[in-house]
Amino acid sequence: MPISVIIEARDLIKTYNGVTAVDGISFAVKRGEVFGFLGPNGAGKTTTMKMIACVSPRTAGSLHVFGMDPDEKPKEIKQQLGVVPQETNLDPDFTSYGNLYTYSRYFDIPVDAADKKAEELLEFVQLQEKRDVTVEKLSGGMKRRLILARALVNNPALLILDEPTIGLDPQARHLIWEKLRLLQAQGNTIVLTTHYLDEAARLCDRLVIMDNGKILVEGAPADLVKQYVGHEIVEVEKSDEVILCLSTMKIPFEVTGDTVQIATESSREIARTLLDRCQPGTVLTRPATLEDVFLKLTGRTLRE
Amino acid sequence: MQPFFLIPRITRRAWKVWHRNLVVFVRTWHVNFFPPLIEALLYLFAIGMGIGSYVKEIDGIPYVNFIAPAILAIAVMNSAFFECTYGSYVRMYYQKSFDAMIATPLSIEDVIAGEILWGATRSVIYVIIMLPVLAAFGVISLPSALLAVPLAFLGGLMFAGIAMCFTAISPGIDTLNYPSFLFITPMALFSGTFFPLTLLPLTLQYLALAVLPLTHLVAIMRMFTLPAFSWTIVLNLSWILAVTVIFCVAAINLMRRRLII
Repeated sequence: MPISVIIEARDLIKTYNGVTAVDGISFAVKRGEVFGFLGPNGAGKTTTMKMIACVSPRTAGSLHVFGMDPDEKPKEIKQQLGVVPQETNLDPDFTSYGNLYTYSRYFDIPVDAADKKAEELLEFVQLQEKRDVTVEKLSGGMKRRLILARALVNNPALLILDEPTIGLDPQARHLIWEKLRLLQAQGNTIVLTTHYLDEAARLCDRLVIMDNGKILVEGAPADLVKQYVGHEIVEVEKSDEVILCLSTMKIPFEVTGDTVQIATESSREIARTLLDRCQPGTVLTRPATLEDVFLKLTGRTLRE
Repeated sequence: MQPFFLIPRITRRAWKVWHRNLVVFVRTWHVNFFPPLIEALLYLFAIGMGIGSYVKEIDGIPYVNFIAPAILAIAVMNSAFFECTYGSYVRMYYQKSFDAMIATPLSIEDVIAGEILWGATRSVIYVIIMLPVLAAFGVISLPSALLAVPLAFLGGLMFAGIAMCFTAISPGIDTLNYPSFLFITPMALFSGTFFPLTLLPLTLQYLALAVLPLTHLVAIMRMFTLPAFSWTIVLNLSWILAVTVIFCVAAINLMRRRLII
């Protein structure tokens, strides 16, 4: 019987150079789901990916991938993994085809099968025309697509994507998303990290938001929005009158830059109250998003 | 802190890395094949014919025949050393190839072992290219000189291992210039290459024998090409074997320490 929990981590800790990058996190990823890791820079997302991918040994806690311990069976786990790293590390000495073919050989895939798979994957990521082009001549979007194709040479049971669409234009991002949905529909389990909250909201069945090495929340994107922010956000131009007015009416609000934000279940009511009593400037209502949850939980301070 | 001399677990997959480098080498053969050919000819003409016309013989051996094995030994040293310093550093740091490889069933031990094996193979290829040139000029004796081929592999492993240790501890690619200019270049001159070791003061002779790997490689190479075998080959071979094992093992452990965090 196939196991239903693909990754299971308990109190996972990673310390290096005196810094605790991952500080006792626990999570489980089930077969066939898309699971996201969100968080500001330095939250510990990439370190977590590296531990799952068996390239960085954990300091403490337990970790099982396909029911195996990365410390004990790295080769067996890696044989079934597809990894898209944050940094583009295609082999510049080879063409698009050459990259896929050479990479297949690292997995001990026989020559004929490797050739067939390389052609198939070039078609999958729409790079047939760039088959014989050295990777240095590919655009950023093409490189990311080729890396995705490279992660699929061994038909992985688990895909690990670290910032899969980083630095891409909207067209290229949509293409990657489309491919990822297709892969999920085929039953692949996908774990990804991203800075793009719209990407997480679109793709992830469940996600965690991390900060300072810890998991702050876990859940389905829509549930998290409902639970932590509400349905809608009313944004008002910041002014002393509006702030005073809201304070006296005891309506909770948050000041961000030059706007005042009010999270609510009923934006109409709030907007009407504002217009009637507070002489507001511009008033805007919009649905609450994952970004609101993210900023609420991790704060607005800039991270480097 | 991990121990330097832990015996690494290397699998047959190391040959995948070796094969990747071979494929790239063969595809760019035109930039790889001619340099060793030209290097052999340059040394032969400049030093052999130039200095050789003044220094007719050394210990009863024609001067060109005296330096021919040194030309081979220096080629072994340079090809393995530069491949596993600058070449490996570029693949490790700039191309991130090692990161890509260890995401597959290859381990970091396999990757570094593959790189070292490839460095040694490069030495073998260069010696195979240079042998016919030297033979055509009649400065080496066949068939005993053919033993230079397996020797090139052993010597190549030694220099590849030493090189990989430098690569593992070098903070940047520029700092690799230190071992290249302060270790490799002097060694090419003071290892009994272009003049006999016995011309050096006695303490320097001992020093050369103790710490300059090329000294031992040149000594064996000369026995093969003249040919003039001596029992001291046992000492030279043992020295090389010991140093090769120590540095290859240390190289893999140092690289592991650098890349696996």
